[in-house]
Amino acid sequence: MSGLLLEVREVHKVYGEGATATHVLKGVSFAIDRGEMVALIGASGSGKSTLLNILGTLSRPTSGEVAMLGEDLTRADDVTLTEFRNRHIGFVFQFHHLLPDFTALENVMFPSAVRAGRERAQARARAATLLAQVGLSERADFRATQLSGGQKQRVAIARALMNEPELILADEPTGNLDRQNAMQVMDLLERINRESGTGFLISTHDEQIAARCSRRIVISDGVIAADRHSDR
Amino acid sequence: MLYGAKMAWRHLGSAPGQTALLVAGVAAAVFIFIFMSALIGGLAELLVMRTLGNQADVTVAAPDPPLPVLVPVQGRHVLAARQASTSPSLGLAAPRAWEATLAAFPGVQVVAPKLLGSGVLIRGEVTRPVTLSGLEPGRESAIIRFDRAMLAGTAALAAGEVLIGEKLARDLGLSVGRAVTFRADNGNSVTLTVSGIFRLGLGQLDEAAAFVPMSTAQAVLERPGRVSVIELKLDDLYAAPAVAARIAASTGLDVTPWTETNAQLFEALRAQGNTGLILKVFAMITVVIGIASALMLTTFRRRGEIGIMRAFGATRRFILYVFVLEGALIGLAGGLAGALLAAAALSPFPPIEEVQTGQLPVDLGQGSIGLAIWLTTLGATLAALLPARAAARLDPVEAIQQ
Repeated sequence: MSGLLLEVREVHKVYGEGATATHVLKGVSFAIDRGEMVALIGASGSGKSTLLNILGTLSRPTSGEVAMLGEDLTRADDVTLTEFRNRHIGFVFQFHHLLPDFTALENVMFPSAVRAGRERAQARARAATLLAQVGLSERADFRATQLSGGQKQRVAIARALMNEPELILADEPTGNLDRQNAMQVMDLLERINRESGTGFLISTHDEQIAARCSRRIVISDGVIAADRHSDR
Repeated sequence: MLYGAKMAWRHLGSAPGQTALLVAGVAAAVFIFIFMSALIGGLAELLVMRTLGNQADVTVAAPDPPLPVLVPVQGRHVLAARQASTSPSLGLAAPRAWEATLAAFPGVQVVAPKLLGSGVLIRGEVTRPVTLSGLEPGRESAIIRFDRAMLAGTAALAAGEVLIGEKLARDLGLSVGRAVTFRADNGNSVTLTVSGIFRLGLGQLDEAAAFVPMSTAQAVLERPGRVSVIELKLDDLYAAPAVAARIAASTGLDVTPWTETNAQLFEALRAQGNTGLILKVFAMITVVIGIASALMLTTFRRRGEIGIMRAFGATRRFILYVFVLEGALIGLAGGLAGALLAAAALSPFPPIEEVQTGQLPVDLGQGSIGLAIWLTTLGATLAALLPARAAARLDPVEAIQQ
């Protein structure tokens, strides 16, 4: 599977106004093809999370354009963006952010259920399959609060995959895990990327994590400092 | 929106202590609402029953003849000043036709003609002044509930019989079956047999009134085929002014609602009703403020979750729906719990007609239970709107970061 997945053109993001304005992104441009696994590397405060939020349609750029699957995401209204996000983008956060009142299976089903307005049997079966893929079949009926940190992150990955998105945005997905769990999570992401062709943009400042991606985009002080492919 | 309902239910279930407290708070307010409605309704009913129970809701009489102001005197007209006569008028002719006309008015429940006159009851050396009322046989208890007040004999009147009050019977040394003479102001006399003795608890009726069949009254008062008034009972007591106005407008008769003859009582009942309304409004405001503040805290506590839900495709409308539904569920549960509590607590109170001195006149039937549940659910739903809107408008990025 190939072709353009995401295109970012001259994106700026400014918080505040006048003397207190903070220019976080200063003209960021790049493109990602379908199935790519990209590491977004940068120090804290470099603009990684802001960029991910804009790409995930959770935040709007001050100027510039973002297009995904040929659709302009900078001018769409909130309802359109919400639906687009639900269908085409998955998220994995540093802190799992599971819904605490729901079981692992229900958490995985959430993106499908919130779209359909109910928990369909088909979605339940897919959620169970995804939990099996991340090795958590036996924890399907456990509440989020009953899972370990690594397990929670694997449930979060399964949730991100639920609607078969073309792109998963992962913001420091291993930042809250020990080395062993971090490597297991990366193994999982690599496998998903390889088997399903899902694209990944993984924000990290961990070189070992970045090394497992096929491409590295370095962001520094709000601009792209480097963008190179690696021999994974 | 089944999924939104599930989410709302889970939210409520995840903090059972908080939810139980909220429901209990709402239930307490609903209990107060129902109790106040039942008490004020019961009190009004008791007052009306004791004060107006033996009166007509509307009284219809022949209009006073017009008073001429220009009077011909010796070939000229002079301006005359006259006072309305205090002597009884001839009354209404053709009462049957008027009865049929009045019965056809919406809201009229009972129609009962009455002929009034005055005179004295005489037994041996003892004489007592009385107001004589002629009633239609078979409708003796249509206005004054003799059937509930008989101490001896029967409330049904046959020709030549009379019903008198306990005090009058004692004064005249009468009992059922004894004879007594009535002498009208016009000098006519008739001998009557006491068919029943009642105690209404109303001084004027118990000690200075005699009730005879209409034909007997018409004969002794020399008013053949006429009645003094036609008395009405209505489906809704408080509709009396409106019904009276309609009858007066379309018949030209002299129509008086009870609110004119008992203006102070009417004002007191209205003030009492308004006081109850204020208390009920405050109870509802308590519900709304309580739920709004609790849900405001809940949405603040769940900011992170709301952000995640938004990230994974929950629309603002979905978030709004979840939190509004939480408010509605709390209102409904609290409303039902409060209603059950009120029903259990208030059902042992005796019916209003059996209330004794010192007892609370609580009428659960007037507790507005359905209204209380409906208003509470509506109030709770509206109360949830503000926090729900705040939740729906959360910036998902800020919410997730927090």
